[in-house]
Amino acid sequence: MEQALSFFWENREIILIILLSVFLGIEVISNVPSVLHTPLMSGANAISGVIIVGGIILTGYADSALEWILGILAVLMGTLNVAGGFVVTDRMLEMFKKRKKKTK
Amino acid sequence: MLPILILPSTEVVVLEFSYMLAALFFVVGLRFLSHPDTARKGNLWAAAGMLLAIAATLLLYRDGAGAGIPLLNALVILITIAFAGAAGAIIARKVKMTAMPQLVSFFNATGGGASALVALMEFSNPGNESTLVTMIGLVIGSIAFSGSLIAYGKLDGKVGDIFSPFMTYLNILMLAVIIFMVVFVSTGMASPEIMPYLIYALLAVSLLHGYTIVMPIGGADMPVVISLLNSFTGIAAAMAGFIYNNQAMILGGIFVGAAGTILTLLMCRAMNRSLFNVLIGSFGGQKAGADREAGTIKEVNASDAAILISYSKKVVIIPGYGLAVAHAQHICSELEELLEEKGVDVKYAIHPVAGRMPGHMNVLLAEAEVSYDKLVEMDEINPDMPNVDVVLVIGANDVVNPAAIDDPSSPIYGMPIIKAHEAKNVIVLKRGMGKGYAAIENHLFYQDHTRMLFGNAKDTLQKLVMEAKNL
Repeated sequence: MEQALSFFWENREIILIILLSVFLGIEVISNVPSVLHTPLMSGANAISGVIIVGGIILTGYADSALEWILGILAVLMGTLNVAGGFVVTDRMLEMFKKRKKKTK
Repeated sequence: MLPILILPSTEVVVLEFSYMLAALFFVVGLRFLSHPDTARKGNLWAAAGMLLAIAATLLLYRDGAGAGIPLLNALVILITIAFAGAAGAIIARKVKMTAMPQLVSFFNATGGGASALVALMEFSNPGNESTLVTMIGLVIGSIAFSGSLIAYGKLDGKVGDIFSPFMTYLNILMLAVIIFMVVFVSTGMASPEIMPYLIYALLAVSLLHGYTIVMPIGGADMPVVISLLNSFTGIAAAMAGFIYNNQAMILGGIFVGAAGTILTLLMCRAMNRSLFNVLIGSFGGQKAGADREAGTIKEVNASDAAILISYSKKVVIIPGYGLAVAHAQHICSELEELLEEKGVDVKYAIHPVAGRMPGHMNVLLAEAEVSYDKLVEMDEINPDMPNVDVVLVIGANDVVNPAAIDDPSSPIYGMPIIKAHEAKNVIVLKRGMGKGYAAIENHLFYQDHTRMLFGNAKDTLQKLVMEAKNL
């Protein structure tokens, strides 16, 4: 119990930030037309590649062979997620741009 | 006396500011992404935020002792990023538009895998105080990794389905084991000697759990599953951010987690099903209760069909995944233009879940340069259906199945459909009499005013174009 209390106390600001950003995340994408579901999913998927920052930090201070291997693998996968995700989203949206006319 | 403010080094302040800015870019990006006019810009904003977070980390990050990332490590990281970045971009450019859902699933798997690896490495970090958060990150990241890989395999047709009530029990059991292990370790009951083994065991069970969760879910529900796993990846990234107290990771991860969850629910709503039903229901596997007396089908040849559509006033094309797999969207738009020259009013009716992902069909038709105002959403076209002379169903099946309206015993009962059966004539382009993705009998095919035109969608459309030209 005490553990839980101290955990909450030490992290209270960050917990508040998390709570607020949950609502922000929900608010920001509500009322999306279904046309955009796929690109939005793909774009959000690319953003979740932000885990690459963690991979960079870990590889940045790696000193054992295991850390090197796992770290590089994490950076590799994170980059694939980020680069592939953003490029494929752009490719989808590029096609929408081709039409001259907008919806009525 | 005023408290003395201890300012960390300039680098750390700039780094923190960069992370905050990156998080802001992510929100703006997501906001723009949810409007058609700004969507492309939004994607670029999010990408810029990511670039900023990566560059700032490489240049400015300082460890507990205040040391930056050593040059050798930075170089290795840069080379890895350059290599994987180029590979990712090339894959994303080369893959066919029809394979888009698989690709998103694959990229999601890499993100989940990266989260799991980061969490795994964090256990050996003595400075890491929060075992609980690390474990949750490990579990969720691993599930997202293996689950997305299975989803990728299913969409690509490489992995079949396993349907069995046994799987449901297995899933509940595995979840219980995972929760037990997490509680056991985080309450400090595990002795340090067995800790590493427990962590690897947890990794293994979580990976297996991702497999057993996705395995029994029918292919038609994969978009929902990918969206859900996508939000998992976001949460896993946020957990890792929590360990590092890194705002870009926390906020980016949480936004994706929240947005992904909402998107998942929106998709479920488009199919009129609950998330629980998707996860437990094993949709495609059940023997449909709706195998009524099927009746007889009537075939039509291409030249008769061409005459019928050429002399109609109003034609509605309902494209489905069959159109996409046959890569027939270009020839389809050619037929549409030809008919318009003949004075026929042609529209496309798009079901929200047509294709393999919501909005997938819009992307495919946009690729074929079909103009946007030709695409009509289901709710708009349905009231007008009785006035339509001919409906051309191309490779669609479940989204025009009237059982969804009139057969309560059907598994898809209640799903909104395009009311093709109300049109004056229906022509169905289909490869054979095989059932749709949900493996349910479709009575539309047996109606009196329905004609079947069998064959590969692309070949059939080519024939139609030729016949229509000669008229």
